Amino acid sequence: MIRIDAIEKRFDDLVVLRNITLRIEKGEVVALIGPSGSGKSTLLRCLNLLVPPDNGRLEIGKNRMVFGESSAKLKPKDLAVFRQKTGMVFQHFNLFPHMTVLDNVMEGPKTALKMDKIKARELAIAQLEKVGLSDKADMYPSSLSGGQKQRVAIARAIAMEPDVMLFDEATSALDPELVGEVLSVMKELANEGMTMIVVTHEMAFAREVANRVVFMRDGVVVEDGPAKQVIDNPQDDRTKAFLSHFHAES
Amino acid sequence: MYEWDFSSVWEYRDLLLNGLGLTVMLAVAVVIAGMILGTINAIGSLSRHFAFRAISISMIELFRCTPLLVALIWFYYALPILIGVEISAMMAAFLSISLYGASFYSEIIRAGIQGIDPGQREAGEAIGLMPGQILHRVILPQALRKMIPPLMNQSIINLKNTSLVSVLAIPDLLYQGKLIAHENFRPLEVYTTVALLYFAILFPLTMLVRHLESKHGVKH
Repeated sequence: MIRIDAIEKRFDDLVVLRNITLRIEKGEVVALIGPSGSGKSTLLRCLNLLVPPDNGRLEIGKNRMVFGESSAKLKPKDLAVFRQKTGMVFQHFNLFPHMTVLDNVMEGPKTALKMDKIKARELAIAQLEKVGLSDKADMYPSSLSGGQKQRVAIARAIAMEPDVMLFDEATSALDPELVGEVLSVMKELANEGMTMIVVTHEMAFAREVANRVVFMRDGVVVEDGPAKQVIDNPQDDRTKAFLSHFHAES
Repeated sequence: MYEWDFSSVWEYRDLLLNGLGLTVMLAVAVVIAGMILGTINAIGSLSRHFAFRAISISMIELFRCTPLLVALIWFYYALPILIGVEISAMMAAFLSISLYGASFYSEIIRAGIQGIDPGQREAGEAIGLMPGQILHRVILPQALRKMIPPLMNQSIINLKNTSLVSVLAIPDLLYQGKLIAHENFRPLEVYTTVALLYFAILFPLTMLVRHLESKHGVKH
């Protein structure tokens, strides 16, 4: 269960998130859509505190954080513990180029969770099998395709056994022919019951895989409902206007 | 046509070797001291605290913006007046070249750390690593690889800069050469030999830098 309570974020004078409140049940797959600058990526980055919110409360699994006056005093240790339970997949993969694929996936369990090396290795191999890349374990990221890199990045995030997986435009930097392999790994994760929040421009994926779609604009949630309903039959004019671009394209 | 005669240089080989030994020793000392100081200054210049940043950046700029020869002479002739303690020529040389090298090393180190894609730090944060772990496991291994060629380049310059210490009558390779040339009246042979000795030490090092650059340049 994820509770996002009255989250606010501003960068200097620019208010990026205004009073965002959402409840997300365990196992739910939420697609976060909206035009660029709507704050959807910032919201995602707030959820694992890469960008600490200015105000509000966050609760993910057993971890809770309150922001406001006290957020200047956020301790590195508390931030790290919170992040261990929120997996993040970035648009540009951000794999560690100096480590093999296996070491990339082992790094979190081994260094952050202080897991025994042999156990971490087993865990990492299992995650690589899940994304279909156990045969690439000893290679370096530079020799992989974009789609393979992103699958390794997913394996790295799920190796921490997080309460939620956050995807920040995970397929936007990929060549079109490589998008499918990443989406199918995400779909499998969703079917296994992983709680997921997905910032995406892939409306077909959102419609098919997500249970729920949240449309954001100018830092507020405009519309929130079952995926098919929001995409096929949006209520708000702003949602309609945004989605019309996609219908026109396809 | 000038007749080359290196035999008179060969007679003084012990002096030249002594000078070479001192040059290499001084170079090793200033490289090590410079890198340690440079690392400290680099960390200082990246600090969140204004005071650390101010101190480090002032140190860096002070030595980056004064000629080494001036620093050398200042440390030997001026600093003793200021602190009231005599310093040996060797100490003045060591201090000035170390500090001079440190300011260039620290800029290389700072740029190396800042040159790493911010996404790498974020990826480390996202899997729950602590700031120290991110530096140690993610940033430094990548930054060091990129820093090694420029750090070696700076060390080569450092070794060459030690030839300036002959103005303080420190018996390094160049100073010994000067002595020999005064005695045997063969400056052409003596200074050619001196130049070749510097070259013989540094050429393999520059080749190594070239090799490292080509190896790491392609990878990322």
